[in-house]
Amino acid sequence: MTLFGYRLPGMSSLLLWGLLWEIVGQMSLTFFVPPLSEVLGTLFEILGTSAFQKALFETAYAFLAGVFFAIVIGIPVGILMGKSRLLDEMLLPWVNVFLSAPLTALVPVLMVLFGFGMKSIIITTTLFAIWIIILNSRAGVRQINRSLVEMAHSFGASSTDAFFKIYFWAALPEILGGVRIGIIRAVKGVIIGQLLISIVGFGALFELYSANFLMGHFWAVLIVLFALAFTISEFLAYLERRVSYYAAKR
Amino acid sequence: MTMSQTKETLTAAGAAEFESAVSARNISKNYGEVEALRDMSLEFPRGQLTSLLGPSGCGKTTLLKIIAGLLEPSSGEIEVNGKRVTGPGPDRAFVFQDFALLPWATVLRNVAFGLEMRGVAASEREARAEKYIKEVGLAGFENSYPHELSGGMRQRVGLARALAVDAQVLLMDEPFSAVDEQTRRKFQEDLLQLVQNENKTFIFVTHSIEEAVYVSDQIAILLPRPSRVSEIIRPSSFRNKGVDNIRRDPEYLDIVDEIWASLRSYVE
Repeated sequence: MTLFGYRLPGMSSLLLWGLLWEIVGQMSLTFFVPPLSEVLGTLFEILGTSAFQKALFETAYAFLAGVFFAIVIGIPVGILMGKSRLLDEMLLPWVNVFLSAPLTALVPVLMVLFGFGMKSIIITTTLFAIWIIILNSRAGVRQINRSLVEMAHSFGASSTDAFFKIYFWAALPEILGGVRIGIIRAVKGVIIGQLLISIVGFGALFELYSANFLMGHFWAVLIVLFALAFTISEFLAYLERRVSYYAAKR
Repeated sequence: MTMSQTKETLTAAGAAEFESAVSARNISKNYGEVEALRDMSLEFPRGQLTSLLGPSGCGKTTLLKIIAGLLEPSSGEIEVNGKRVTGPGPDRAFVFQDFALLPWATVLRNVAFGLEMRGVAASEREARAEKYIKEVGLAGFENSYPHELSGGMRQRVGLARALAVDAQVLLMDEPFSAVDEQTRRKFQEDLLQLVQNENKTFIFVTHSIEEAVYVSDQIAILLPRPSRVSEIIRPSSFRNKGVDNIRRDPEYLDIVDEIWASLRSYVE
């Protein structure tokens, strides 16, 4: 965007919103919105505390583990569903149900099944992320150019070769799109898991700060979380753009 | 009148004279109720180029894919060098109408793909791929990606990939239909060179009458509903007169006219 002939750097709108936040905060309209400067001050203050670092570690661990399982299970299942009519008929209704289901309501069931620990949080995270990854991988495989499959077949490709050298790569743009959305959903999953299952990690901090009306702390942790999710999602969007040149040409 | 007489004698003589590399025997193919091919038999002489020519729906691509082993016939059998075809095999290589290149792989890897599937070691398959990239005139583009190439260059990659596996039979499914007219003419001339230099059997599907007559040693005219081989034509006199003289050779022009006369009624 250009303004008065100057090219504005990306995301300069954030500055404007930040300024608005600061003004509203300075006017002390509500305890709920402290000034941005105060929030940022708090942010740097708590970054060094061991409570924050422990929360960050616990959250990152559950998040990465959850996303890891969502990816290594979701992508192959999606690809196989795209390839096999039978598997697709069997699984697609379930995938669609879980994609749109209020997963939060399932969390108590998971607690009964898997206990109150990290395991349940990881599974919750995986459940939030996996369905869209499956659906996108499936969509990626279904739009594959038939003649690429015939080509591999005619040159004697085994089904393992076809899977790793044709289907995976042909579906890669859609797979990355699915992983990106899945990761954003996993952020939700990990926090909901931490709030509902056992009060650890960022979930515990949110609980603690909001119960004690420490809104500066509350927003500071939220900003950290947003920044982390945003960075990961932008990185994946970058990867997506790298492979999108061939999305139209499969 | 004289024309068709010469042709018949040549057909009779030709069939006896050549050994078949590929034989199609009583091939039928049904898709549910739809009959794509009915009881089709055809011989493909070794070291020559045979075109399958006909209006759309005559089953020419279906027959080619059955020969490739990509489709199974409902009945009948294909023999390549006396061996019955049960699926794709290293004795045949396919050139696709839409090129079927891996968009995420370089020209080098695309050309080497057939060798990669056969488990040839990386250094050897790259050396062989490079040789064929040069042969089709793409030297210097080894590390380009398909989307950086023109349509004609992409089909050269497809051709190099098929040549690199060194199959005795090359199956080409309307290989030049997606490239522009001038590139197509160049391709046709190069194809004649290729048939002469490589000791391979070519089976070539096309819907262009001129193209079929220009490049073929033998033309099988296929007609639809029910699909059948209506006629086999073997041009004789102009093949060795040089690429520039073919298109004004009287026999070339006669055959083109004659084929059009027999196909005209099948074109809506």
